[in-house]
Amino acid sequence: MYVHDAFDRTFLQERVAEFRDQVARRLSGALTEEEFKPLRLMNGVYLQLHAYMLRVCIPYGTLNSTQLKALARVARRYDRGYGHFTTRQNIQFNWIKLAELPDAMAELAEVGIHGIQTSGNCIRNTTTDAFAGAARDEIEDPRLYAEVIRQWSTLHPEFTYLPRKFKIAITAAKHDRAATRVHDVGLRLRQRDGHTGFEVMVGGGLGRTPFIGQTIRDFLPKEDLLSYLEAILRTYNLGGRRDNIYKARVKIQVHEMGPEAFAEKVEAEWQAIRDGALRLDETAISAIADRFVNPDLPPLADHPPELTAALAEPAFARWHANSVAPHKAAGHAIVTLSLKPVGGPPGDCTADQMDAIADLADRYAYGEIRVAHEQNLVFPHVRQKDLPALWKALDAIGVATPNVGLVTDIISCPGLDYCSLANTRSIPIAQKLTERFADDARIADIGRLHVNISGCINACGHHHIGHIGILGVEKKDEEFFQITLGGKGNSKARLGELIGPAIPESEIVDAVERLVETYLELRTSPQETFIAAVERLGIEPFKERAYAPR
Amino acid sequence: MTSPLQRKLKIAGPTAITANRLADGVVVWLTAGGGWSLSIGEATVATTAEEVQRLLAIAQSDENTAVGAYAARVALTPEGHAIPVNLRERIRVGGPTITPAASPARAA
Ligand code: HEM
Ligand code: SF4
Repeated sequence: MYVHDAFDRTFLQERVAEFRDQVARRLSGALTEEEFKPLRLMNGVYLQLHAYMLRVCIPYGTLNSTQLKALARVARRYDRGYGHFTTRQNIQFNWIKLAELPDAMAELAEVGIHGIQTSGNCIRNTTTDAFAGAARDEIEDPRLYAEVIRQWSTLHPEFTYLPRKFKIAITAAKHDRAATRVHDVGLRLRQRDGHTGFEVMVGGGLGRTPFIGQTIRDFLPKEDLLSYLEAILRTYNLGGRRDNIYKARVKIQVHEMGPEAFAEKVEAEWQAIRDGALRLDETAISAIADRFVNPDLPPLADHPPELTAALAEPAFARWHANSVAPHKAAGHAIVTLSLKPVGGPPGDCTADQMDAIADLADRYAYGEIRVAHEQNLVFPHVRQKDLPALWKALDAIGVATPNVGLVTDIISCPGLDYCSLANTRSIPIAQKLTERFADDARIADIGRLHVNISGCINACGHHHIGHIGILGVEKKDEEFFQITLGGKGNSKARLGELIGPAIPESEIVDAVERLVETYLELRTSPQETFIAAVERLGIEPFKERAYAPR
Repeated sequence: MTSPLQRKLKIAGPTAITANRLADGVVVWLTAGGGWSLSIGEATVATTAEEVQRLLAIAQSDENTAVGAYAARVALTPEGHAIPVNLRERIRVGGPTITPAASPARAA
């Protein structure tokens, strides 16, 4: 956990006071809506279909139990008893009243969290690997650099009015769990000749015009992280298209100029500033590193007898197979809490669940919780011997569905049930799919399969990078869905291919099931995953079957 | 993109003016008296572009009560009351079609 200093605390309190005043002036009519809207957006407040929504930033997805309890309190006091975790490691409250927002924000500020930079054309919350600091395959904890970026980017005066929003993701592991190739900037920590640095990718993004990010620098020494980012942002701020909101993201600039020309401009700007104030020396980095308090993990051995005994129980073994990941410290494990119960809205969590999870984190996980971009929660540090007891406790509160990484671990945007930009609903499709695939043994047999759903082309549900992507389109007031196949968001990211015309709402679940059945018939062995089979066979055999008459 | 906020004004059939209440975002409908009602059934209904423009202007001049006003297609009951025609307005009138994670009773 990063511990905020007095500067951060004062800053947040002042910010809440400022917003309280702005709300009061809006409610009294002293501020017009036109004047107020940008102010509320700068604090993460949106107006949705039927209420205000507050998006709260969870820096690099890391929460402590006290913060999670504060989120529970806000959900209970100011909302309807639940919150929605998002693909950007944030949480959204869907029903907050304008007049009560300052109070809710004040409670969050007490524990160091806020909605700043969760909206508007600024540098958004930097996202990272939910397993950061615990994963066996990571070089270094990427959150250190996410925090460096946070301190540089928060209210950066030059980058507060960018052409459009700007999202950065960072990973330090071999397996990219942060979808870095579909962000405006993706950073991948690397080591070269004993030095730490980054591969820098730009111009990735989903939405209406999806692109995979292009590498513009293979290796950027870590000291140069901020000056290089500043050079990228300057190149974008000056050259990005402000004339057309649909062409304003950096991905369009990179695409129109070509990545080489974009890189040249960045390099030229960077040469002018690289040795200036933004250079990160060891003292600056270690000053930030010192504020990260990581748990002292006791020396333990892998495979304790408690675990071995529990694995004889099939239900525990099934959960363990997909929800528990290897930890870098022996005798420990990383546990994913599934927020994808059968029939439930993906990513929703009740206040009671949040409280219970916070207590369990204190008891079993050194008080630390992460938000995963797949809309699940994670306990990054759990003693292996505690896994059986933890499993029982998680199951009792409904967050141990053994489906992590499987077909029912669906990413879904809020869709038309909440979102004013939506074409169609998306949550109900996810709910029906989880009901269709409710059998634990069946989904375990199907294996790894990501289904991602968005209710419109903005692609908040990452449908382009779902192994099966579902996009809602509206035709004459009816809900239809397009299906894409073969997308993926990892280091070999690629966009899914559209299999054909949109399918009516009443048939979408059957169509997905037929795709899955086609895979089961055509796979060479259970070891060949869905995505591997699509890559081997192409979309044709799937396409034929998806539309097959029943 | 079908968000009515982004569409050009094209009037085809009965149309009502709707917005979100400033204080809490609750969906409201412009009434014949120029006020706002929580009930779509009390909405004033126009059928010509001129009439819709006139009502929109009234709605937009009252931004201290309701924000984001736009023209929504509606249908009429035999008694002449507006009811939603599309899913978007049905959801705005009736709330989400899903039961959120075990939320307590929904507020009215
Ligand atoms: C409910 C209110 C929401 C609104 C109004 C909204 C609006 C938008 C819009 C307009 C874009 C496209 C921006 C662009 O391409 O320039 C976008 C992108 C995105 N949204 Fe949302 N969103 C909402 C909720 C969410 C939620 C709940 C999530 C996470 C589950 C989310 C995650 C994302 C992501 C990851 C992108 C980036 C896609 C990309 O790479 O372009 N959004 N959102
Ligand atoms: S993808 Fe579209 S429908 Fe879904 S949350 Fe984003 S803007 Fe709304």
